Amino acid sequence: MRKLIDSTAPAPALFRSVGHSVKHESAARHVAGTAIYIDDMPLTARHLHVAIGITSIAAGRIKLLDVSAVRTMPGVVDVIVQADIPGKIDIAPVFDGDPLLAGSTVLFHGQALFAVAATSFAAAQRAVAQVKVEYEPLPGQQSVALAAETQDFVVPPHIISRGDVAAAFTSAPHTISGHIEIHGQEHFYLEGQISEAMPAEEGGVVVLSSSQHPAELQKLIAEVLDVPMHKVVVEVRRMGGGFGGKETQAAMPACIAALFARRTDRPVRCRLPRKTDMLVTGKRHPFSSDYSAAFDAEGRILGAELVLAADCGCSADLSMGIVDRAVQHADNAYYMPNVAIRGLPCRTNKVSNTAFRGFGAPQGMLTTEAMMDDIARAVGRDPLDVRLLNLYGPGRATTPYGQEIEHHVLPDLLAQLAASADYRKRRAAIATSNADSPVMRKGLALTPVKFGISFTTTHLNQAGAQVAIYTDGSIHLNHGGTEMGQGLFIKVAQVVASAFGVDVSQVLVSATRTDKVPNTSPTAASAGSDLNGMAALDACNKIKAGLIDFACSTYDCAAADVHFTEGQVRAGSLTFAFADFIKQAYLGRVPLFSSGFYRTPKIWYDRKRGEGRPFFYFANGAACAEVTVSALTGEYRIDRVDILHDVGTSLNPDIDIGQIEGGFVQGMGWLTTEEMSWNADGVITSNGPANYKIPTSADVPAAFNVALFQRPNGENSIHRSKAVGEPPLMLANSVWCALRDACSSFAGYRMNPVLKAPATPEQVYWAVQQAKAFAASGKLQ
Amino acid sequence: MDFILNGKQQQVGICDANLTLLDYLRGDAAMKGTKEGCASGDCGACTVLLAAPGQPPRAINACITPLGSAANKQVWTVEALTGDGALHPVQQALVDCNGSQCGFCTPGFVMALTALYANSQRCGLQQLDRDSVTDAISGNLCRCTGYRPIVEAGTKMLQIAPAAPTLVQKPASLQPLSTNSMQPQLSDGEHSFFQPATEAELQQLLALYPQAALVAGATDLGLELTQRHRQFAQLISVGAIPSMARFEWQDDQLLIGAALPYTDLESRTHELSIPLKRLLHRLGSRQIRNQGTIGGNIANGSPIADMPPVLLAWDADIEIVDSSGKRTWHPLSSVYLGYRLTLVQAGQYIARIRISRAALERPHRFYKVSKRFEDDISAVLGAFSLELAGGRLGAVRLAFGGVAATPVRATATEALLTGSTLSDALIASACDTLKNELKPISDVRASSAYRSEMAANTLRRALLELGSGLELEVHHYPAGNEAALYV
Repeated sequence: MRKLIDSTAPAPALFRSVGHSVKHESAARHVAGTAIYIDDMPLTARHLHVAIGITSIAAGRIKLLDVSAVRTMPGVVDVIVQADIPGKIDIAPVFDGDPLLAGSTVLFHGQALFAVAATSFAAAQRAVAQVKVEYEPLPGQQSVALAAETQDFVVPPHIISRGDVAAAFTSAPHTISGHIEIHGQEHFYLEGQISEAMPAEEGGVVVLSSSQHPAELQKLIAEVLDVPMHKVVVEVRRMGGGFGGKETQAAMPACIAALFARRTDRPVRCRLPRKTDMLVTGKRHPFSSDYSAAFDAEGRILGAELVLAADCGCSADLSMGIVDRAVQHADNAYYMPNVAIRGLPCRTNKVSNTAFRGFGAPQGMLTTEAMMDDIARAVGRDPLDVRLLNLYGPGRATTPYGQEIEHHVLPDLLAQLAASADYRKRRAAIATSNADSPVMRKGLALTPVKFGISFTTTHLNQAGAQVAIYTDGSIHLNHGGTEMGQGLFIKVAQVVASAFGVDVSQVLVSATRTDKVPNTSPTAASAGSDLNGMAALDACNKIKAGLIDFACSTYDCAAADVHFTEGQVRAGSLTFAFADFIKQAYLGRVPLFSSGFYRTPKIWYDRKRGEGRPFFYFANGAACAEVTVSALTGEYRIDRVDILHDVGTSLNPDIDIGQIEGGFVQGMGWLTTEEMSWNADGVITSNGPANYKIPTSADVPAAFNVALFQRPNGENSIHRSKAVGEPPLMLANSVWCALRDACSSFAGYRMNPVLKAPATPEQVYWAVQQAKAFAASGKLQ
Repeated sequence: MDFILNGKQQQVGICDANLTLLDYLRGDAAMKGTKEGCASGDCGACTVLLAAPGQPPRAINACITPLGSAANKQVWTVEALTGDGALHPVQQALVDCNGSQCGFCTPGFVMALTALYANSQRCGLQQLDRDSVTDAISGNLCRCTGYRPIVEAGTKMLQIAPAAPTLVQKPASLQPLSTNSMQPQLSDGEHSFFQPATEAELQQLLALYPQAALVAGATDLGLELTQRHRQFAQLISVGAIPSMARFEWQDDQLLIGAALPYTDLESRTHELSIPLKRLLHRLGSRQIRNQGTIGGNIANGSPIADMPPVLLAWDADIEIVDSSGKRTWHPLSSVYLGYRLTLVQAGQYIARIRISRAALERPHRFYKVSKRFEDDISAVLGAFSLELAGGRLGAVRLAFGGVAATPVRATATEALLTGSTLSDALIASACDTLKNELKPISDVRASSAYRSEMAANTLRRALLELGSGLELEVHHYPAGNEAALYV
């Protein structure tokens, strides 16, 4: 350009970068209602709206699919069935098994069967009902137990073992065994699945999607349309919540919108209404887990055996990684010298279950927390003491899959929380008050979380970013991560602001696009800021290298004397406003943009042997929950929760606390009120917010104390921070354990009531009944 | 029809009467700040404010509100708050406290809190406590934040000085509008929305259109529009008829208009009945109670409605009126004919509910058992009217929701208890009898076994509390009269 902008913006009073609690980049737009989601984009008269027709049986064959009456409904422009797909029919992420539209076989109730494009959303919805389908129903598999028994798996089981488990059980003074049923969880992102596709030149398509994985959508759309990937552009500005539910599940609406856009040459919006969304998209995996432990008189684990049977639904989707992670987290924070953990990825005729914050780890971990309580009650000790006794520590630091725990955070963290939450005094007070209370009983639990950070699929641990500085000093950042509310955009912007010593307001993050940073990994595995922050830093450092060279040669100083700080660039004895320096660099023909790349070091995993170092590091935390239960009804309230969580050196403390609180409450919902239900025919009966209850504000304890554990990451992560997206969800295990503790009090803590998860009032009631029956008869019923 | 949207008079021309307010706002009005999260009144992402002439603004779910229900009223959306770019104190408090993450639910929270803010200012409140805030946002779901920062923002927002006058604080005055009530407010020729101003007009309309759907709060009817995509030929609102929204004593009888929104009823329960106050606190959400009515709760015939067991325990009567204006009182116990089937015929409507002072003064207990404390449908609701004198039970009325195809009285157990001396043995025997008497089903909300136990144990709890004077309450109920803020 010929003439540069003269004026330089006044320097801000505070330079906000890494470590500051900068607000979410869209906070002001969120509250003003001006943050744009896909359904808020302008509509033209040419726009078409899609409705999805779904199967009404869970298993069988389709004898007849007649959409002729659908075609003649008012407003209908196009209808597609499987035969209309020009390219690949399967849109599965890893292993085939997820046809975009059903062909001759029905895999589950709610499977997409056909799609309608019409001139209005209502017209499309009304037209769908006019389909004629004849089925030949077949007996479907609805039982995880049966699937496990008949080895009906979607992928091979994952087994990790060490030592001589049988010998440990033979020689140990004590053993226990138990079983736990863990339900799934509906993501209930407030913005349902949505995509909009616009036809582009040369048979291409531009797709806006609410997706955690735009690169995968690009690939799947290209396959479905049978065009090269470079003809498909996918853009994600923001999601109205993701939680894993938009990692693979955004693909169906995106592919259908793209297909209609190509067929009709019109812009097409495909939005799933809430009920459809709840029927056709996958959920958190239900697990049916068996555990047994051998231990000494103090409760020290000598051997453990766990079988984690996951209900994967009808296909693999991401179930291999999810079951692997369940297996890899069944140790949680505890050293198990002799151990065998088997993860069974069971096939059923249900919607294919998928990623959900925690990715299998919550189910593995909850199983073990149940086991820890059982051990404590067997030896008559406080469950916290048994947990502390079994924590990983020096000399007891190898996980069942062979990764060494190199940084022992939890012993200190648990001690600090036990003190700040006044655990011992409260435990004693509860013992006294429960003894005098026939109806109302209190429960208390303090549970740890140790969560491995990295995709267990090693190749996904890579990221790219683009950074550009314009001649006015403003900075444009783009990276492969997507913003779903977690604050990724602001965190990575802070990293860039720190690199150049400018205020974060000078950095703008733009929508994630497959034509800006290609071949990106999903924003998942909590790794968003770790990976993209590092990639962005790499880009910054490349630009800075050129700028420093320029400064050294132009201003005759050493590289060590060039500093980017507080909105200024110091080159030896000279000081420039950042924008002025950038102008000079531009005139000096220095490149002001770069891409950056990052691959996580040190990690590898051999799945066949169940060995490796799958995780770069571990994020840790602990929570202490107190509850009150009514024996008359099983109703309860959560009185108080204290959390201490390890985010390393926080990039943004407020954003991190938001993730911790939100993750905890989401986990609390999973373990308390959120009950996924299917009927005997394999139909989801919890199909809307009227019968699937996520927490409301009144469910959150009034006493809710959250603090960050102050210790930098022992590994060289981005500014020594730690990932925070998923780990806090499992802090809610404390609530479930506290509820079970209260139930067990009715048997003098001498038995371990079976408590299904979620622990709805009904389940708590039955657990109390078991404990009372034991107390009355002295034996298990 | 005419209404005032964000301070500006808005005219709607030819329009399908089945259009919801939300679809109008996001469609014709192109105001995209208000979101659709569920289209069933459960998540609150679509929360807007609605005010009848002379009434304070109330938060409602735009998704299940027929557009016609806004006729001659004022509506405010999130777009009304940020004149000149300055944030409203509610918005500023949410930003300050990190109250948004993904942001999709946020405009709904903003509007729910704005209703509380505006009404707190009107009432001269200086301080808001946690209970008032959770009450105001009881119909708003957030999946990201865990609510703690949103509640904090709610308790701090009154301390933030407004940067600029907002439309909500200075409502525009409503222009006189065409008020021929016999003409539809809204119509496309095939689907019409009527808003009669008197019962006489309502009766005339029912004579013309006996198959019309009656609209009160539309908290159930709205689902027919959004979930089943039904298109009614005629919708007739009972929401603008003053005689159907009264709360009045006539001698020793309390008469409650069938179209009186719950919030108006709730504000009076502080003095009337603490068990009813607590129950209403858990009936739907603030948004639902701002719209929903007892008449609707009865007329839809649901076996899991929360008010009918209460009214059964109180021996309430309902007044059914036909299109000729003929009025007849019926005991509520005679109104339920079967699953979702009542005595109220096409062309008839429920005008009032009648409860005697004597019934209200008898000791009573209402217990709702559900998975979630707020805004959930009962697994079992037990409503008990019990008299105890000298250790002996007098007349006993035991009514339940969620245990049969209709709300029911447990007459065999009532007979066992009436006149008996209260004892542990009697309680045990009554609970056994009750379990034999009721045969609940299993569904998504509870198993039949649990429902059976809960019917028995809510009765057990009532008798234990009656005998001991203790309260066996696990939940936290607000002690204040939050509903009074909205009236």
